Amino acid sequence: MRNIFKIIYLITLILFGSFQISAAEKVELLKTDWSFKGIFGKFDRGSLQRGYQVYTEVCASCHSMKYLSYRNLSEKGGPEFSVDQAKAIAASFEITDGPNEDGEMFQRPGKLSDKFAMPYANDKEAQAANGGAYPPDMSVLAKARSGGVDYLYSVLLGYEDPPSGVILDDGVYYNKYMYGNNIKMAKPLDDGLVEYSDGTEATEEQMAKDVVTFLMWAAEPHLEARHKMGFKAIIYLIILTILVYFSMKKIWSRIESEV
Amino acid sequence: MSDQEFVPKSKFGKWFNDRLPLLSLANHLTDYPTPKNLNYWWTFGGILTFCLITQIVTGLTLAMHYIAHSDLAFGSVEHIMRDVNYGWLIRYVHANGASMFFLAVYIHIFRSLYYGSYKAPREVIWIIGMIIYFLMMATAFMGYVLPWGQMSFWGATVITNLFSAIPFVGEGIVAWLWGGFAVDNPTLTRFYSLHYLLPFLILGLVVLHIWALHVPGNNNPIGIDIKKPSKDTVPFHPYIVIKDAFALLMFLIVFAFFVFYSPNILGHADNYIEANPMVTPAHIVPEWYLLPFYAILRSVPDKLLGVIAMFAAIFVLVILPWLDTSKIRSAVFRPLYKQFYWILVIDVLILGYVGAMPAEGLYLLIARVATAYYFIHFLIILPLLGLKEKTIPLPLSITEPVLGGFPNPSTVRNKESLH
Repeated sequence: MRNIFKIIYLITLILFGSFQISAAEKVELLKTDWSFKGIFGKFDRGSLQRGYQVYTEVCASCHSMKYLSYRNLSEKGGPEFSVDQAKAIAASFEITDGPNEDGEMFQRPGKLSDKFAMPYANDKEAQAANGGAYPPDMSVLAKARSGGVDYLYSVLLGYEDPPSGVILDDGVYYNKYMYGNNIKMAKPLDDGLVEYSDGTEATEEQMAKDVVTFLMWAAEPHLEARHKMGFKAIIYLIILTILVYFSMKKIWSRIESEV
Repeated sequence: MSDQEFVPKSKFGKWFNDRLPLLSLANHLTDYPTPKNLNYWWTFGGILTFCLITQIVTGLTLAMHYIAHSDLAFGSVEHIMRDVNYGWLIRYVHANGASMFFLAVYIHIFRSLYYGSYKAPREVIWIIGMIIYFLMMATAFMGYVLPWGQMSFWGATVITNLFSAIPFVGEGIVAWLWGGFAVDNPTLTRFYSLHYLLPFLILGLVVLHIWALHVPGNNNPIGIDIKKPSKDTVPFHPYIVIKDAFALLMFLIVFAFFVFYSPNILGHADNYIEANPMVTPAHIVPEWYLLPFYAILRSVPDKLLGVIAMFAAIFVLVILPWLDTSKIRSAVFRPLYKQFYWILVIDVLILGYVGAMPAEGLYLLIARVATAYYFIHFLIILPLLGLKEKTIPLPLSITEPVLGGFPNPSTVRNKESLH
């Protein structure tokens, strides 16, 4: 009888082993050292500011970021532009406001309280301008793809010539990491595409890393506060647990039983 | 209940207690005789109560900021995450709290299965528990719909569509559930309303669950009936209270790790994409705690039979006290049952795993075998095992096991040192 059980356990182990193998067949994503990973993870301020520059100069022409406001750019835990810088950034965008007293919509420079300006008036216009593909809103994009930041980083750097035999339609590009390998976005980054004001060399990898860091912050603006509070909360819980453990031992020592 | 008549000391206390015996209740809860050999698997009852209260408190707060409208729901969740003070914390506690709640309830249920806590005279506790579990699944499912992401929308579509399998009235029922001809705003608002209601039903049932528990008292790892109060019991306060508090704190450390360091790992990335009825996700999967049932549903080729199998999987648990024919409660004294118990645990884990995988090829085959075994365990093995199994002799009490029985630490230690 015992042997039967041993065999059953063994079969289960083998089954689980084979699951592991089949799961490992996926494409390995590119990795880079993200400063915001880990218990003490924080955003690299410079990287966030550069990332914003890449977003606004490259991505923003097609991708909206509708849940962010210009004030967020100067808030703690973010790129932390000074308030004046953030005001200047906001003012560089034209925002449609209104209606005014005459019932007309009008254009005015952006303010801190405005949401990021939208590249298109609506989803249909966005699709029409991009060969039918809708450029996804980037506010929470870093959380909306399995693989997260590694996936975004890989897609940005994953453009290559299609393998022989793969024929692509017009306006479709081959990307090693994209689901299904077909992407309607042209290769967005090239060495030296933007000029960083802090002197960092704008290589393709550097820009990809910076903009993905920026996207992670956009998706999770309170990440630093979360990590900081988590550390304190867990230390507090551990100390309290130890104290309660010894209280419990003390109380249970009154009776002849183990806890 | 077996308590002695309680008389409050103060005059006002006595006056009040004669009119509403709240003080008697408090006294009963404090003195409640509890078996002293309860192990840490018994602390999950308290942990679950904590989880329910946490979900209700965080849920009430979220409800102050959330907007139940198909155009605004997704944005209002982002508003909570970004602009509400500590909104991210409240939402992550609520979302991960659901997972922690299910983790605890599964441990609680499997503890009951191992130690035979569902057997006479505790059948009613068990059945109330199963109703709570069922309501928890309904509540969690509807809660997952509220952020109105892609998985919310398509999960709701798949699950509500199950009812269309019912002959003749199915289509009508589905339209009634949706409030229209597709999952849309009316579905969202009614799910929101019910998601708000059900936790309070659960809370009421928890009170009944505990009340029903306090009639026969706790089962214990040895599974024998004990005299209460006696040398085998300790008063609930402070002994069990401090032990539950210790276990709860350990649990909270795990909880905190999820909330602060990987708040999205238990969710699905697609739910951060706003619901779009025009785009179907590649794989529609429910939350992890529903996966075993999802696997059972998909392992049956016929839709109606699949739905029946899924509900039957819960129903066999409800009638479990009568399926298990063994009079011995604890698996400690049932060597064969112990083996089958662990096979069942593995079986359910496998079901959970294949539930997350596409229903094709090897996965489907494994799902079918595991589903079959799940029902064989409850419907064939358990009834027969109770009749055939040779069990180990039971001790007479917790403090005095029979010769050759389990060396209980309490008997090894010097008894004189106490008084």
